[in-house]
Amino acid sequence: MIGLAFAYLRAHPLTTALNILLLGIAVTMLVLLLQFGRQVGDRLEQDAAGIDLVVGAKGSPLQLILSSVFHVDQPTGNIPLSSQQLLKRDPAVERVIPLALGDNFRGYRIVGTDEGLLGLYGGSIEMGSLFDAPLEAVLGASVAAEMKATLGQKFLGSHGLSGDAENGGSDHDHAAFETVGILAPTGTVLDRLILTSVESVWDVHGIAHDHGSQEHADDDGHAHEGDAHDSADGHAHDDEHADDHGEEEIAAVGLPGTNPLQARSAGPQRELTALLVQYRNASAAIRVPAMINRQTEMQAAVPAIETARLLSLFGASLDGARLFAWLLAATGGLAIFVALLNVARAREGDLALLRVMGAGKMRIFGTILLEGVLTAAAGALLGIAAAHLLIGLAANAFATIGDLGIEPFAFDPLEGVIFFAVLGIGAVAAVIPAARIFSIDLARTLARAT
Amino acid sequence: MVLEIRGLAHDYFSGTALSQIDLSLGKGQHSLLLGPSGSGKTTLINLICGLLTPQCGTIRICGEDMGAARGSEADDIRRRHVGIVFQTLRLVSALSLFDNLLLAQRLQRGGKDPATARALVAALGIEHRIKARPAELSQGEAQRAAIARALVGEPALLVADEPTSALDGENMRRVADLLLENAERTGTTLLIATHDERLKDVMPNVVELTPPGAQRRVA
Repeated sequence: MIGLAFAYLRAHPLTTALNILLLGIAVTMLVLLLQFGRQVGDRLEQDAAGIDLVVGAKGSPLQLILSSVFHVDQPTGNIPLSSQQLLKRDPAVERVIPLALGDNFRGYRIVGTDEGLLGLYGGSIEMGSLFDAPLEAVLGASVAAEMKATLGQKFLGSHGLSGDAENGGSDHDHAAFETVGILAPTGTVLDRLILTSVESVWDVHGIAHDHGSQEHADDDGHAHEGDAHDSADGHAHDDEHADDHGEEEIAAVGLPGTNPLQARSAGPQRELTALLVQYRNASAAIRVPAMINRQTEMQAAVPAIETARLLSLFGASLDGARLFAWLLAATGGLAIFVALLNVARAREGDLALLRVMGAGKMRIFGTILLEGVLTAAAGALLGIAAAHLLIGLAANAFATIGDLGIEPFAFDPLEGVIFFAVLGIGAVAAVIPAARIFSIDLARTLARAT
Repeated sequence: MVLEIRGLAHDYFSGTALSQIDLSLGKGQHSLLLGPSGSGKTTLINLICGLLTPQCGTIRICGEDMGAARGSEADDIRRRHVGIVFQTLRLVSALSLFDNLLLAQRLQRGGKDPATARALVAALGIEHRIKARPAELSQGEAQRAAIARALVGEPALLVADEPTSALDGENMRRVADLLLENAERTGTTLLIATHDERLKDVMPNVVELTPPGAQRRVA
């Protein structure tokens, strides 16, 4: 009887196609919401994994996390370089990773940091080596792939954190970065970052500093300025850069929109944007954030809390959209119900003839039910396919979606749940029209039909 | 006996439809149920086919008690032994002519036999319309298709309700001949209910029904 169900669907192609389309649109929405919600959530959790605390300038803790962990918002401001030492000296702190933000290359953020950031995300060098000398840069896997970059290539960073030059971006044409390494893909935010040393960021912004083993000094627990050599002596850039930039820009490592109240001083300072902190033990979770928030001019934000808050806000919107999509699916079911009810009325003669030909009531009931289920199945499959196709197209068309690492053709088991739920809607929609077969008076129907 | 009716009577709220009907038809015997509108022809056909339950009397089809059968039991007897041709309700609208025949075979015999269906369609002269939908067939083609649909399951009893009433003399003759030829070929017993007296010429065995239900046999 499945052939008969198909035949009845083919007999009303426009109605069938519209019902399939209606359900397909609903399923597309549901799958898109599911995929984006799940994959964005996973990605955020993955990017925040291993970071116990983020320390930055006072402001919105969510903004601090977004800018320093997920690299999607403006930083809250700058913090003194000495804060890194303050935290490293704390016995409850395992690791402190500095971040110096402010520039981008074609929308990809240039991050001044150390090799600790690679360790945090399990990154490794695929080609070349890690940055060492000033203005050496290592490209994330996505950046390198997008830019078709090779080792030795030079590029100029632009001021600001987005690639839009109209929003205040200007090239630092006096200080070109050189690509010395390319990272292996990690599936994390690291893939879309350009890493360099903190000192290189200072150099680009003309902030005078000692080129030396700052890291080495830190590792030893001592800051020995005397070992360092002056940048003006040892490297290509010089203090003219500082003149080029001007005080108002350099005061906050060149962040457009930086709150002037966060500035530590009027002149160029060796500052950082944020510190990513890993604890050595659980007691640090109670003591360190409280110490930062109460005793310093900085703020401490916990990525787990802020990510949960973000997902909760994001989730509320998704829930609203999801409810709408299910309502749309219910409307699709209603359309199937109306269509089947109408054809069941018009088809009473057919149904009576089928009974006379020898088809049992249950068989005919099953055939009509199958029409609803087949329509729903076609709509569900169309919707699932369309959703994945749209994600693929969106990932190619919109860099942000691509950067978030949304995988277009990753099947989520919950899509199976959506599929079967939609089949259920189709079956429920067909039950009442199908049940008419039990109330048909054959003799009367045949008398009417003949 | 293919069909055996004894003391059959049936009333509606509006009055008596049939009273004291007796009829016996053996294998290959054909009969005409002749009577004007309201004489109870359709009621008798519905009773024979198990679409109505008789209030009095017995109906046996191929030895099985159709009169006492209820619901699915009656469906089962009808499915195995009876083919029905209606005047206008001929084929399942969504299926092609040939698919109608295959469906009828499957429902009545439990399997498909395309070769037999094709041969029957050829015998009825509509093999060129094998893929046509019911709505695409002419009146004559549709009537022949209905006969093919009823015969393809090789029923023991073929009941036809007013198969020729809407046809002119030439087409009436053609349909009657088709019914008789194919019934002969498949060994089917034929019972035709009609008010079309022209059929007396081709089917001499007549059961006349007159309101409120008296019968008499005409040789």
